[in-house]
Amino acid sequence: MPAQTLAQKLLAAASGRAAVRVGDILTCKVDLAMFHDSSGPRRLKPMLEELGTGLWDRSKVVLVMDHYVPEADDESRRIVRIARDWAREQALPHVYDSVGICHVVVSEHGHVRPGMFCVGGDSHSPTGGAFGAYMFGVGSTEMLGVVASGEIWMRVPDTLMMRWNGRLAPGVTAKDMMLHMIGRFGMNGGRYQAVEFCGEAVCALSMQERMTLSNMSAELGAQAGLVAPDAVTAEYLRQAGVAGVDTAGWHSDPDAAAQWHEFDAAALEPQVAAPHSPANAAPVQSYGRTPVQVAYIGACTGAKLDDLRAAARVLRGRQIAAGVSLMVAPASRRDQAAAEAEGVLPALLQAGATLLPTTCGACSGYGGSIPEGANVIATTARNFKGRMGAASARVYLASPYTVAASALAGRVADPREVLP
Amino acid sequence: MNHTHKAWRVGDDIDTDQLAPGAYMKFGIAEIAGHCLEGVRPDFAGGVRAGDVLVAGRNFGIGSSREQAAAALVQLGLRAVIAPSFSGLYFRNAFNVGLLLLTCPRAGEIAEGEQVGIDLPNCRVLRADGTALPCEPVPGFLLDMVRAGGLLMQLKRRLADGSLPRYPLRA
Repeated sequence: MPAQTLAQKLLAAASGRAAVRVGDILTCKVDLAMFHDSSGPRRLKPMLEELGTGLWDRSKVVLVMDHYVPEADDESRRIVRIARDWAREQALPHVYDSVGICHVVVSEHGHVRPGMFCVGGDSHSPTGGAFGAYMFGVGSTEMLGVVASGEIWMRVPDTLMMRWNGRLAPGVTAKDMMLHMIGRFGMNGGRYQAVEFCGEAVCALSMQERMTLSNMSAELGAQAGLVAPDAVTAEYLRQAGVAGVDTAGWHSDPDAAAQWHEFDAAALEPQVAAPHSPANAAPVQSYGRTPVQVAYIGACTGAKLDDLRAAARVLRGRQIAAGVSLMVAPASRRDQAAAEAEGVLPALLQAGATLLPTTCGACSGYGGSIPEGANVIATTARNFKGRMGAASARVYLASPYTVAASALAGRVADPREVLP
Repeated sequence: MNHTHKAWRVGDDIDTDQLAPGAYMKFGIAEIAGHCLEGVRPDFAGGVRAGDVLVAGRNFGIGSSREQAAAALVQLGLRAVIAPSFSGLYFRNAFNVGLLLLTCPRAGEIAEGEQVGIDLPNCRVLRADGTALPCEPVPGFLLDMVRAGGLLMQLKRRLADGSLPRYPLRA
Protein backbone atom coordinates (compact mmCIF):
# COMPACT_ATOMS: atom_id res chain seq x y z
CA MET A 1 0.00 0.00 0.00
CA PRO A 2 1.34 3.49 -0.81
CA ALA A 3 2.51 5.63 2.11
CA GLN A 4 -0.37 7.72 3.45
CA THR A 5 -0.66 10.89 5.50
CA LEU A 6 -2.97 10.94 8.52
CA ALA A 7 -5.48 12.93 6.44
CA GLN A 8 -5.39 10.26 3.72
CA LYS A 9 -5.85 7.46 6.26
CA LEU A 10 -8.85 9.20 7.80
CA LEU A 11 -10.48 9.82 4.42
CA ALA A 12 -9.72 6.30 3.24
CA ALA A 13 -11.48 4.94 6.30
CA ALA A 14 -14.46 7.28 5.83
CA SER A 15 -14.84 6.29 2.18
CA GLY A 16 -14.34 2.58 2.73
CA ARG A 17 -11.08 2.32 0.79
CA ALA A 18 -7.69 0.88 1.64
CA ALA A 19 -5.85 4.00 0.45
CA VAL A 20 -6.59 7.26 -1.37
CA ARG A 21 -4.59 9.61 -3.60
CA VAL A 22 -4.38 13.38 -3.33
CA GLY A 23 -7.01 14.87 -5.65
CA ASP A 24 -9.36 11.87 -5.53
CA ILE A 25 -13.00 12.88 -5.22
CA LEU A 26 -14.68 10.67 -2.62
CA THR A 27 -18.03 10.18 -0.97
CA CYS A 28 -17.42 9.87 2.77
CA LYS A 29 -19.66 8.51 5.50
CA VAL A 30 -20.10 10.97 8.36
CA ASP A 31 -19.53 9.74 11.95
CA LEU A 32 -20.59 12.98 13.64
CA ALA A 33 -22.59 16.03 12.53
CA MET A 34 -22.35 18.95 14.98
CA PHE A 35 -24.22 22.24 14.64
CA HIS A 36 -25.36 25.14 16.79
CA ASP A 37 -28.40 27.36 17.24
CA SER A 38 -27.30 29.75 14.49
CA SER A 39 -26.28 27.30 11.76
CA GLY A 40 -28.53 24.40 12.77
CA PRO A 41 -32.25 23.98 13.45
CA ARG A 42 -33.44 27.39 12.24
CA ARG A 43 -31.93 26.62 8.82
CA LEU A 44 -32.23 22.80 8.71
CA LYS A 45 -35.81 22.38 9.91
CA PRO A 46 -37.52 24.33 7.09
CA MET A 47 -35.29 22.73 4.45
CA LEU A 48 -35.92 19.19 5.76
CA GLU A 49 -39.66 19.91 5.77
CA GLU A 50 -39.44 21.20 2.21
CA LEU A 51 -37.66 17.98 1.21
CA GLY A 52 -40.01 15.79 3.22
CA THR A 53 -37.20 13.81 4.81
CA GLY A 54 -35.53 13.52 8.22
CA LEU A 55 -32.26 12.83 10.00
CA TRP A 56 -30.30 9.83 8.75
CA ASP A 57 -29.04 8.89 12.22
CA ARG A 58 -29.87 11.05 15.26
CA SER A 59 -27.28 9.24 17.39
CA LYS A 60 -24.60 10.90 15.23
CA VAL A 61 -26.02 14.41 15.62
CA VAL A 62 -24.90 16.88 18.31
CA LEU A 63 -26.71 20.20 18.83
CA VAL A 64 -25.14 22.99 20.92
CA MET A 65 -26.87 26.25 21.83
CA ASP A 66 -24.01 28.76 22.12
CA HIS A 67 -24.47 31.67 19.69
CA TYR A 68 -27.78 33.34 20.64
CA VAL A 69 -27.73 32.45 24.34
CA PRO A 70 -28.42 34.00 26.71
CA GLU A 71 -31.24 35.41 24.58
CA ALA A 72 -30.86 39.17 24.38
CA ASP A 73 -33.84 40.12 22.20
CA ASP A 74 -36.93 38.76 20.46
CA GLU A 75 -35.07 37.50 17.40
CA SER A 76 -32.59 35.60 19.59
CA ARG A 77 -35.44 34.13 21.63
CA ARG A 78 -37.14 33.00 18.43
CA ILE A 79 -33.96 31.33 17.10
CA VAL A 80 -33.21 29.53 20.37
CA ARG A 81 -36.84 28.45 20.75
CA ILE A 82 -36.73 26.86 17.29
CA ALA A 83 -33.60 24.94 18.36
CA ARG A 84 -35.15 23.72 21.64
CA ASP A 85 -38.47 22.74 20.06
CA TRP A 86 -36.76 20.92 17.22
CA ALA A 87 -34.43 19.06 19.63
CA ARG A 88 -37.51 17.79 21.46
CA GLU A 89 -39.47 16.98 18.33
CA GLN A 90 -36.51 15.05 16.91
CA ALA A 91 -35.74 13.41 20.30
CA LEU A 92 -32.08 14.30 19.80
CA PRO A 93 -29.94 12.34 22.26
CA HIS A 94 -27.05 14.85 22.33
CA VAL A 95 -28.12 18.42 23.11
CA TYR A 96 -26.00 20.91 25.07
CA ASP A 97 -27.96 24.06 25.86
CA SER A 98 -26.13 27.11 27.22
CA VAL A 99 -23.25 25.13 28.72
CA GLY A 100 -20.46 26.38 26.49
CA ILE A 101 -19.09 26.84 22.99
CA CYS A 102 -19.70 23.93 20.64
CA HIS A 103 -16.07 23.01 19.84
CA VAL A 104 -15.18 22.84 23.51
CA VAL A 105 -18.40 21.11 24.57
CA VAL A 106 -18.22 18.31 21.98
CA SER A 107 -14.61 17.72 23.01
CA GLU A 108 -15.20 17.60 26.75
CA HIS A 109 -18.04 15.11 26.23
CA GLY A 110 -15.85 12.80 24.18
CA HIS A 111 -17.82 13.07 20.93
CA VAL A 112 -14.72 13.47 18.76
CA ARG A 113 -12.29 10.55 18.84
CA PRO A 114 -9.29 9.34 16.84
CA GLY A 115 -10.16 7.95 13.42
CA MET A 116 -13.54 9.64 13.10
CA PHE A 117 -14.81 11.68 10.15
CA CYS A 118 -16.84 14.66 11.38
CA VAL A 119 -18.47 17.81 10.06
CA GLY A 120 -19.49 20.90 12.00
CA GLY A 121 -21.79 23.77 11.13
CA ASP A 122 -19.18 26.30 12.18
CA SER A 123 -15.90 27.44 10.64
CA HIS A 124 -13.88 26.57 13.75
CA SER A 125 -14.84 22.90 13.42
CA PRO A 126 -11.24 21.95 12.52
CA THR A 127 -10.80 22.03 16.34
CA GLY A 128 -11.77 18.34 16.27
CA GLY A 129 -8.57 17.58 14.35
CA ALA A 130 -6.69 17.88 17.64
CA PHE A 131 -8.08 14.42 18.47
CA GLY A 132 -6.80 12.79 15.30
CA ALA A 133 -10.22 12.99 13.65
CA TYR A 134 -10.89 14.61 10.26
CA MET A 135 -13.24 17.45 11.13
CA PHE A 136 -14.12 20.54 9.12
CA GLY A 137 -16.71 23.27 8.87
CA VAL A 138 -19.61 23.39 6.42
CA GLY A 139 -22.49 25.78 5.75
CA SER A 140 -26.10 25.00 6.58
CA THR A 141 -27.11 23.75 3.14
CA GLU A 142 -24.17 21.36 3.05
CA MET A 143 -25.16 20.25 6.57
CA LEU A 144 -28.63 19.59 5.20
CA GLY A 145 -27.07 17.24 2.67
CA VAL A 146 -25.18 15.50 5.50
CA VAL A 147 -28.17 14.99 7.80
CA ALA A 148 -30.39 13.88 4.90
CA SER A 149 -27.90 11.36 3.53
CA GLY A 150 -25.14 10.70 6.10
CA GLU A 151 -22.62 11.46 3.37
CA ILE A 152 -20.55 14.29 1.95
CA TRP A 153 -18.18 14.71 -0.99
CA MET A 154 -14.50 15.25 -0.37
CA ARG A 155 -11.43 16.01 -2.43
CA VAL A 156 -8.41 14.31 -0.84
CA PRO A 157 -6.15 17.19 0.25
CA ASP A 158 -2.42 17.66 0.23
CA THR A 159 -0.85 17.74 3.68
CA LEU A 160 1.14 20.71 4.94
CA MET A 161 3.31 19.29 7.72
CA MET A 162 4.15 21.90 10.37
CA ARG A 163 6.98 20.52 12.49
CA TRP A 164 7.76 22.48 15.66
CA ASN A 165 11.15 21.44 17.00
CA GLY A 166 12.27 22.12 20.58
CA ARG A 167 10.08 23.45 23.38
CA LEU A 168 8.10 26.66 23.80
CA ALA A 169 9.51 29.20 26.26
CA PRO A 170 7.45 30.07 29.37
CA GLY A 171 4.64 32.50 28.52
CA VAL A 172 4.48 31.32 24.89
CA THR A 173 1.51 29.23 23.76
CA ALA A 174 -0.25 27.40 20.95
CA LYS A 175 -1.96 30.70 20.12
CA ASP A 176 1.43 32.30 19.48
CA MET A 177 2.38 29.36 17.24
CA MET A 178 -0.78 29.83 15.19
CA LEU A 179 -0.47 33.61 14.88
CA HIS A 180 3.12 33.10 13.73
CA MET A 181 2.12 30.52 11.10
CA ILE A 182 -0.83 32.62 9.87
CA GLY A 183 1.47 35.65 9.66
CA ARG A 184 3.92 33.64 7.62
CA PHE A 185 1.54 31.85 5.27
CA GLY A 186 -1.45 34.22 5.19
CA MET A 187 -5.14 33.60 5.79
CA ASN A 188 -5.45 31.38 2.74
CA GLY A 189 -1.98 29.85 3.05
CA GLY A 190 -3.54 26.51 3.93
CA ARG A 191 -5.18 26.48 0.45
CA TYR A 192 -8.03 24.39 1.92
CA GLN A 193 -5.65 21.46 2.29
CA ALA A 194 -4.97 19.50 5.47
CA VAL A 195 -2.44 20.86 7.95
CA GLU A 196 -0.78 18.48 10.39
CA PHE A 197 1.04 19.79 13.44
CA CYS A 198 3.90 17.68 14.74
CA GLY A 199 7.26 17.80 16.45
CA GLU A 200 8.47 17.91 20.04
CA ALA A 201 6.68 21.15 20.93
CA VAL A 202 3.33 19.85 19.67
CA CYS A 203 3.66 16.51 21.48
CA ALA A 204 4.37 18.46 24.68
CA LEU A 205 1.12 20.46 24.42
CA SER A 206 -1.94 19.71 26.55
CA MET A 207 -5.09 18.61 24.77
CA GLN A 208 -6.66 22.06 25.06
CA GLU A 209 -3.57 23.72 23.62
CA ARG A 210 -3.65 21.27 20.71
CA MET A 211 -7.30 22.27 20.23
CA THR A 212 -6.16 25.89 19.88
CA LEU A 213 -3.77 24.85 17.09
CA SER A 214 -6.46 22.94 15.24
CA ASN A 215 -9.06 25.65 15.90
CA MET A 216 -7.08 28.38 14.18
CA SER A 217 -6.36 26.16 11.18
CA ALA A 218 -9.49 27.95 9.98
CA GLU A 219 -7.60 31.26 9.94
CA LEU A 220 -4.78 29.52 8.09
CA GLY A 221 -7.30 28.65 5.38
CA ALA A 222 -6.86 24.91 5.85
CA GLN A 223 -9.80 22.51 5.64
CA ALA A 224 -8.54 20.45 8.57
CA GLY A 225 -5.85 20.87 11.24
CA LEU A 226 -4.66 17.52 12.54
CA VAL A 227 -2.57 16.31 15.45
CA ALA A 228 -1.70 12.60 15.58
CA PRO A 229 -3.35 11.15 18.69
CA ASP A 230 -1.18 9.81 21.51
CA ALA A 231 -1.28 9.11 25.25
CA VAL A 232 -2.28 12.74 25.94
CA THR A 233 -5.32 12.29 23.69
CA ALA A 234 -6.26 8.96 25.25
CA GLU A 235 -5.96 10.37 28.78
CA TYR A 236 -8.12 13.42 27.97
CA LEU A 237 -10.77 11.15 26.45
CA ARG A 238 -10.59 8.76 29.41
CA GLN A 239 -11.43 11.69 31.67
CA ALA A 240 -14.22 12.63 29.25
CA GLY A 241 -15.69 9.17 29.82
CA VAL A 242 -14.36 7.40 26.73
CA ALA A 243 -12.36 4.38 27.79
CA GLY A 244 -9.96 2.32 25.71
CA VAL A 245 -9.30 4.75 22.86
CA ASP A 246 -7.19 3.16 20.15
CA THR A 247 -4.67 5.65 18.80
CA ALA A 248 -2.54 3.08 16.97
CA GLY A 249 -2.27 3.62 13.25
CA TRP A 250 -3.66 7.16 13.22
CA HIS A 251 -0.44 8.89 12.20
CA SER A 252 1.22 9.84 8.92
CA ASP A 253 3.57 7.27 7.44
CA PRO A 254 7.14 8.63 7.64
CA ASP A 255 7.58 8.54 3.87
CA ALA A 256 4.15 9.90 2.94
CA ALA A 257 4.29 12.83 0.52
CA ALA A 258 3.74 16.15 2.28
CA GLN A 259 4.93 19.73 2.15
CA TRP A 260 7.18 20.18 5.18
CA HIS A 261 7.75 23.38 7.15
CA GLU A 262 10.11 23.53 10.13
CA PHE A 263 9.83 25.86 13.12
CA ASP A 264 12.01 26.51 16.17
CA ALA A 265 9.64 26.54 19.14
CA ALA A 266 12.26 27.80 21.61
CA ALA A 267 12.86 30.92 19.49
CA LEU A 268 9.17 31.84 19.23
CA GLU A 269 8.20 35.08 20.98
CA PRO A 270 4.67 36.03 22.04
CA GLN A 271 2.79 37.18 18.93
CA VAL A 272 0.18 39.87 18.40
CA ALA A 273 -1.91 40.29 15.22
CA ALA A 274 -2.74 43.92 14.44
CA PRO A 275 -6.12 45.07 13.06
CA HIS A 276 -7.81 43.91 10.89
CA SER A 277 -6.37 40.48 10.02
CA PRO A 278 -4.96 37.52 11.92
CA ALA A 279 -2.23 37.52 9.27
CA ASN A 280 -0.88 40.84 10.62
CA ALA A 281 1.09 38.93 13.25
CA ALA A 282 4.35 40.23 14.68
CA PRO A 283 6.31 39.76 17.94
CA VAL A 284 4.71 41.60 20.86
CA GLN A 285 7.81 43.76 21.27
CA SER A 286 7.14 45.50 17.95
CA TYR A 287 3.94 47.15 19.23
CA GLY A 288 5.67 49.88 21.26
CA ARG A 289 3.20 51.52 23.62
CA THR A 290 -0.05 50.76 21.76
CA PRO A 291 -2.78 51.59 24.31
CA VAL A 292 -5.70 49.20 24.96
CA GLN A 293 -9.04 50.00 26.59
CA VAL A 294 -10.63 46.55 26.37
CA ALA A 295 -9.10 43.13 27.05
CA TYR A 296 -11.29 40.18 26.08
CA ILE A 297 -10.60 36.61 27.19
CA GLY A 298 -13.22 34.56 25.40
CA ALA A 299 -14.10 32.21 22.54
CA CYS A 300 -13.40 28.60 21.66
CA THR A 301 -9.92 29.78 20.69
CA GLY A 302 -8.92 31.46 23.91
CA ALA A 303 -11.06 30.84 27.00
CA LYS A 304 -10.63 27.16 27.78
CA LEU A 305 -9.39 26.12 31.21
CA ASP A 306 -5.75 26.23 30.11
CA ASP A 307 -6.28 29.76 28.73
CA LEU A 308 -7.90 30.95 31.96
CA ARG A 309 -5.02 29.43 33.93
CA ALA A 310 -2.52 31.32 31.78
CA ALA A 311 -4.32 34.61 32.35
CA ALA A 312 -4.50 33.96 36.09
CA ARG A 313 -0.76 33.27 36.24
CA VAL A 314 -0.22 36.85 35.07
CA LEU A 315 -3.02 38.53 37.03
CA ARG A 316 -2.97 36.77 40.40
CA GLY A 317 -2.51 39.30 43.20
CA ARG A 318 -2.48 42.25 40.77
CA GLN A 319 -4.93 44.87 39.49
CA ILE A 320 -5.67 45.73 35.88
CA ALA A 321 -4.81 49.26 34.78
CA ALA A 322 -7.23 52.11 35.37
CA GLY A 323 -9.40 52.72 32.32
CA VAL A 324 -9.12 49.12 31.08
CA SER A 325 -12.12 46.84 30.91
CA LEU A 326 -11.22 43.13 31.19
CA MET A 327 -13.97 40.73 30.16
CA VAL A 328 -13.78 36.98 30.68
CA ALA A 329 -16.24 34.64 28.94
CA PRO A 330 -15.15 31.07 29.79
CA ALA A 331 -15.50 28.64 26.88
CA SER A 332 -17.61 26.17 28.84
CA ARG A 333 -19.46 25.77 32.13
CA ARG A 334 -17.24 22.81 32.94
CA ASP A 335 -14.07 24.86 32.42
CA GLN A 336 -15.58 27.72 34.41
CA ALA A 337 -16.38 25.39 37.32
CA ALA A 338 -12.86 23.94 37.26
CA ALA A 339 -11.39 27.45 37.11
CA GLU A 340 -13.54 28.41 40.09
CA ALA A 341 -12.53 25.32 42.06
CA GLU A 342 -8.81 25.79 41.57
CA GLY A 343 -8.80 29.52 42.33
CA VAL A 344 -8.19 30.64 38.76
CA LEU A 345 -11.49 32.44 38.29
CA PRO A 346 -11.32 34.19 41.68
CA ALA A 347 -7.84 35.46 40.79
CA LEU A 348 -9.18 36.95 37.55
CA LEU A 349 -12.17 38.57 39.24
CA GLN A 350 -10.03 39.98 42.06
CA ALA A 351 -7.77 41.53 39.44
CA GLY A 352 -10.80 43.41 38.12
CA ALA A 353 -12.26 41.14 35.45
CA THR A 354 -15.95 41.08 34.60
CA LEU A 355 -17.43 37.61 34.10
CA LEU A 356 -19.58 37.09 30.97
CA PRO A 357 -21.71 34.07 29.98
CA THR A 358 -20.03 30.94 28.60
CA THR A 359 -21.05 31.60 24.99
CA CYS A 360 -19.60 32.85 21.71
CA GLY A 361 -20.58 36.33 22.87
CA ALA A 362 -18.65 39.26 21.54
CA CYS A 363 -16.21 37.18 19.46
CA SER A 364 -18.69 36.76 16.62
CA GLY A 365 -20.40 40.10 17.08
CA TYR A 366 -23.61 38.29 18.06
CA GLY A 367 -23.60 39.83 21.51
CA GLY A 368 -21.43 41.61 24.02
CA SER A 369 -20.29 45.13 24.46
CA ILE A 370 -17.24 46.24 22.52
CA PRO A 371 -17.37 50.05 22.48
CA GLU A 372 -16.88 52.08 19.28
CA GLY A 373 -13.43 53.51 18.85
CA ALA A 374 -11.79 51.18 21.39
CA ASN A 375 -8.50 49.37 21.05
CA VAL A 376 -9.30 45.80 21.99
CA ILE A 377 -6.85 42.98 22.70
CA ALA A 378 -8.52 39.60 22.52
CA THR A 379 -7.81 35.89 22.79
CA THR A 380 -10.24 35.29 19.92
CA ALA A 381 -9.41 34.01 16.43
CA ARG A 382 -10.50 36.84 14.14
CA ASN A 383 -10.06 40.60 14.15
CA PHE A 384 -11.86 41.49 10.93
CA LYS A 385 -13.07 45.08 10.83
CA GLY A 386 -16.45 45.26 12.55
CA ARG A 387 -16.63 41.54 13.39
CA MET A 388 -16.99 42.09 17.13
CA GLY A 389 -19.85 44.53 16.52
CA ALA A 390 -18.20 47.95 16.65
CA ALA A 391 -17.13 49.16 13.19
CA SER A 392 -14.50 51.54 14.55
CA ALA A 393 -12.98 49.18 17.13
CA ARG A 394 -9.42 48.06 16.47
CA VAL A 395 -8.91 44.47 17.58
CA TYR A 396 -5.50 42.94 18.34
CA LEU A 397 -5.23 39.17 18.70
CA ALA A 398 -2.93 37.53 21.23
CA SER A 399 -2.53 34.69 23.72
CA PRO A 400 -4.24 34.78 27.13
CA TYR A 401 -0.85 35.56 28.72
CA THR A 402 -0.39 38.58 26.46
CA VAL A 403 -3.99 39.76 26.83
CA ALA A 404 -3.69 39.56 30.63
CA ALA A 405 -0.34 41.38 30.64
CA SER A 406 -1.84 44.07 28.40
CA ALA A 407 -4.80 44.49 30.74
CA LEU A 408 -2.31 45.07 33.57
CA ALA A 409 -0.28 47.60 31.62
CA GLY A 410 -3.06 49.38 29.73
CA ARG A 411 -1.07 48.83 26.55
CA VAL A 412 0.03 45.90 24.42
CA ALA A 413 2.52 44.23 26.75
CA ASP A 414 4.95 41.30 26.80
CA PRO A 415 3.82 38.74 29.40
CA ARG A 416 7.38 37.54 29.95
CA GLU A 417 8.11 40.84 31.72
CA VAL A 418 5.42 40.28 34.34
CA LEU A 419 5.21 36.50 34.73
CA PRO A 420 6.28 35.43 38.19
CA MET B 1 -21.34 36.92 -26.33
CA ASN B 2 -25.05 37.46 -26.08
CA HIS B 3 -25.05 38.31 -22.40
CA THR B 4 -22.64 40.59 -20.67
CA HIS B 5 -22.42 41.37 -17.01
CA LYS B 6 -21.49 44.61 -15.28
CA ALA B 7 -18.46 44.22 -13.03
CA TRP B 8 -18.37 45.48 -9.45
CA ARG B 9 -14.79 45.59 -8.15
CA VAL B 10 -13.69 44.90 -4.57
CA GLY B 11 -10.23 44.22 -3.14
CA ASP B 12 -8.33 41.37 -1.50
CA ASP B 13 -9.41 39.44 1.61
CA ILE B 14 -13.14 40.21 1.51
CA ASP B 15 -14.34 38.23 4.54
CA THR B 16 -17.68 36.61 5.34
CA ASP B 17 -18.34 39.19 8.06
CA GLN B 18 -18.29 41.92 5.37
CA LEU B 19 -20.63 39.90 3.16
CA ALA B 20 -23.02 38.93 5.98
CA PRO B 21 -22.39 41.14 9.03
CA GLY B 22 -22.82 39.37 12.40
CA ALA B 23 -25.29 41.92 13.72
CA TYR B 24 -27.80 41.01 10.98
CA MET B 25 -27.30 37.24 11.12
CA LYS B 26 -30.42 36.80 13.23
CA PHE B 27 -32.57 38.08 10.37
CA GLY B 28 -33.59 36.50 7.08
CA ILE B 29 -31.53 36.60 3.90
CA ALA B 30 -33.34 39.62 2.41
CA GLU B 31 -32.33 41.76 5.40
CA ILE B 32 -28.76 40.41 5.43
CA ALA B 33 -28.41 41.04 1.68
CA GLY B 34 -29.34 44.68 2.21
CA HIS B 35 -26.19 45.06 4.32
CA CYS B 36 -23.90 42.97 2.10
CA LEU B 37 -20.47 44.63 1.76
CA GLU B 38 -21.74 47.87 3.33
CA GLY B 39 -18.42 48.35 5.11
CA VAL B 40 -16.37 48.34 1.90
CA ARG B 41 -18.85 49.35 -0.82
CA PRO B 42 -21.90 51.10 0.62
CA ASP B 43 -23.22 51.57 -2.95
CA PHE B 44 -23.23 47.81 -3.69
CA ALA B 45 -26.35 46.28 -2.12
CA GLY B 46 -28.60 49.08 -3.32
CA GLY B 47 -27.03 49.50 -6.75
CA VAL B 48 -26.32 45.97 -7.96
CA ARG B 49 -28.67 44.55 -10.62
CA ALA B 50 -29.60 40.97 -11.46
CA GLY B 51 -26.96 39.50 -13.76
CA ASP B 52 -24.08 41.68 -12.54
CA VAL B 53 -20.82 40.07 -11.42
CA LEU B 54 -18.55 40.76 -8.48
CA VAL B 55 -14.85 40.90 -9.34
CA ALA B 56 -12.68 40.53 -6.29
CA GLY B 57 -9.06 40.20 -5.23
CA ARG B 58 -7.37 37.26 -3.54
CA ASN B 59 -8.89 35.13 -0.76
CA PHE B 60 -12.52 36.06 -1.33
CA GLY B 61 -14.83 34.69 1.37
CA ILE B 62 -12.34 34.00 4.16
CA GLY B 63 -13.70 33.59 7.67
CA SER B 64 -16.93 32.10 8.88
CA SER B 65 -18.92 29.10 7.65
CA ARG B 66 -22.07 31.27 7.42
CA GLU B 67 -23.41 30.49 3.96
CA GLN B 68 -25.47 33.67 4.08
CA ALA B 69 -22.22 35.25 2.85
CA ALA B 70 -22.86 33.46 -0.46
CA ALA B 71 -26.67 33.39 -0.30
CA ALA B 72 -26.74 37.20 0.04
CA LEU B 73 -25.13 37.46 -3.40
CA VAL B 74 -27.67 35.00 -4.84
CA GLN B 75 -30.41 37.10 -3.23
CA LEU B 76 -29.01 40.20 -4.97
CA GLY B 77 -29.07 38.35 -8.30
CA LEU B 78 -25.32 38.14 -8.87
CA ARG B 79 -24.40 35.98 -11.89
CA ALA B 80 -20.98 35.04 -10.52
CA VAL B 81 -18.02 36.04 -8.40
CA ILE B 82 -14.71 36.21 -10.29
CA ALA B 83 -11.51 36.24 -8.22
CA PRO B 84 -7.95 34.85 -8.30
CA SER B 85 -8.63 32.76 -5.17
CA PHE B 86 -11.42 31.86 -2.77
CA SER B 87 -11.65 30.47 0.74
CA GLY B 88 -12.25 26.72 0.39
CA LEU B 89 -15.18 26.73 2.78
CA TYR B 90 -16.78 29.66 0.93
CA PHE B 91 -16.21 27.82 -2.34
CA ARG B 92 -18.25 24.82 -1.16
CA ASN B 93 -20.99 27.03 0.31
CA ALA B 94 -21.34 29.10 -2.85
CA PHE B 95 -22.02 26.12 -5.10
CA ASN B 96 -24.32 24.63 -2.46
CA VAL B 97 -26.53 27.74 -2.59
CA GLY B 98 -26.31 27.99 -6.38
CA LEU B 99 -23.68 30.74 -6.75
CA LEU B 100 -21.10 30.34 -9.53
CA LEU B 101 -17.50 31.12 -8.58
CA LEU B 102 -14.81 31.49 -11.21
CA THR B 103 -11.20 31.21 -10.09
CA CYS B 104 -9.51 33.59 -12.49
CA PRO B 105 -5.81 34.42 -11.89
CA ARG B 106 -6.07 37.54 -14.09
CA ALA B 107 -9.33 38.87 -12.56
CA GLY B 108 -7.42 42.02 -11.57
CA GLU B 109 -7.38 43.14 -15.23
CA ILE B 110 -11.17 43.64 -15.24
CA ALA B 111 -12.15 47.29 -14.73
CA GLU B 112 -14.88 48.66 -12.49
CA GLY B 113 -18.13 48.86 -14.43
CA GLU B 114 -16.76 46.86 -17.38
CA GLN B 115 -19.20 44.59 -19.24
CA VAL B 116 -17.78 41.05 -19.25
CA GLY B 117 -19.00 37.80 -20.74
CA ILE B 118 -18.85 34.36 -19.15
CA ASP B 119 -17.89 31.51 -21.44
CA LEU B 120 -18.61 28.56 -19.18
CA PRO B 121 -17.98 25.73 -21.67
CA ASN B 122 -14.45 27.04 -22.24
CA CYS B 123 -14.03 28.22 -18.67
CA ARG B 124 -13.05 31.81 -19.34
CA VAL B 125 -14.14 35.38 -18.81
CA LEU B 126 -14.40 37.57 -21.92
CA ARG B 127 -13.40 41.20 -21.52
CA ALA B 128 -15.03 44.11 -23.33
CA ASP B 129 -11.93 44.46 -25.57
CA GLY B 130 -12.18 40.84 -26.66
CA THR B 131 -9.43 39.47 -24.41
CA ALA B 132 -10.19 36.08 -22.85
CA LEU B 133 -9.15 35.51 -19.22
CA PRO B 134 -8.74 31.79 -18.48
CA CYS B 135 -10.32 30.36 -15.31
CA GLU B 136 -9.66 27.13 -13.44
CA PRO B 137 -12.00 24.35 -14.59
CA VAL B 138 -15.02 23.75 -12.34
CA PRO B 139 -15.78 20.04 -11.73
CA GLY B 140 -18.86 18.92 -13.62
CA PHE B 141 -20.81 17.91 -10.53
CA LEU B 142 -20.44 21.43 -9.12
CA LEU B 143 -21.63 23.02 -12.37
CA ASP B 144 -24.61 20.64 -12.22
CA MET B 145 -25.29 21.87 -8.69
CA VAL B 146 -25.31 25.52 -9.80
CA ARG B 147 -27.52 24.69 -12.78
CA ALA B 148 -29.94 22.83 -10.49
CA GLY B 149 -30.11 25.93 -8.28
CA GLY B 150 -28.01 24.49 -5.45
CA LEU B 151 -27.75 21.40 -3.27
CA LEU B 152 -31.33 21.68 -1.94
CA MET B 153 -32.71 21.28 -5.46
CA GLN B 154 -30.29 18.45 -6.17
CA LEU B 155 -31.39 16.63 -3.00
CA LYS B 156 -35.01 17.11 -4.06
CA ARG B 157 -34.19 15.43 -7.38
CA ARG B 158 -32.41 12.53 -5.68
CA LEU B 159 -35.28 11.96 -3.25
CA ALA B 160 -37.72 12.00 -6.16
CA ASP B 161 -35.79 9.51 -8.29
CA GLY B 162 -35.16 7.21 -5.34
CA SER B 163 -31.35 7.47 -5.40
CA LEU B 164 -31.55 8.91 -1.87
CA PRO B 165 -33.73 7.14 0.73
CA ARG B 166 -36.26 9.10 2.76
CA TYR B 167 -35.95 9.15 6.55
CA PRO B 168 -38.85 9.89 8.91
CA LEU B 169 -39.38 13.63 9.31
CA ARG B 170 -40.08 13.19 13.03
CA ALA B 171 -38.63 10.94 15.71
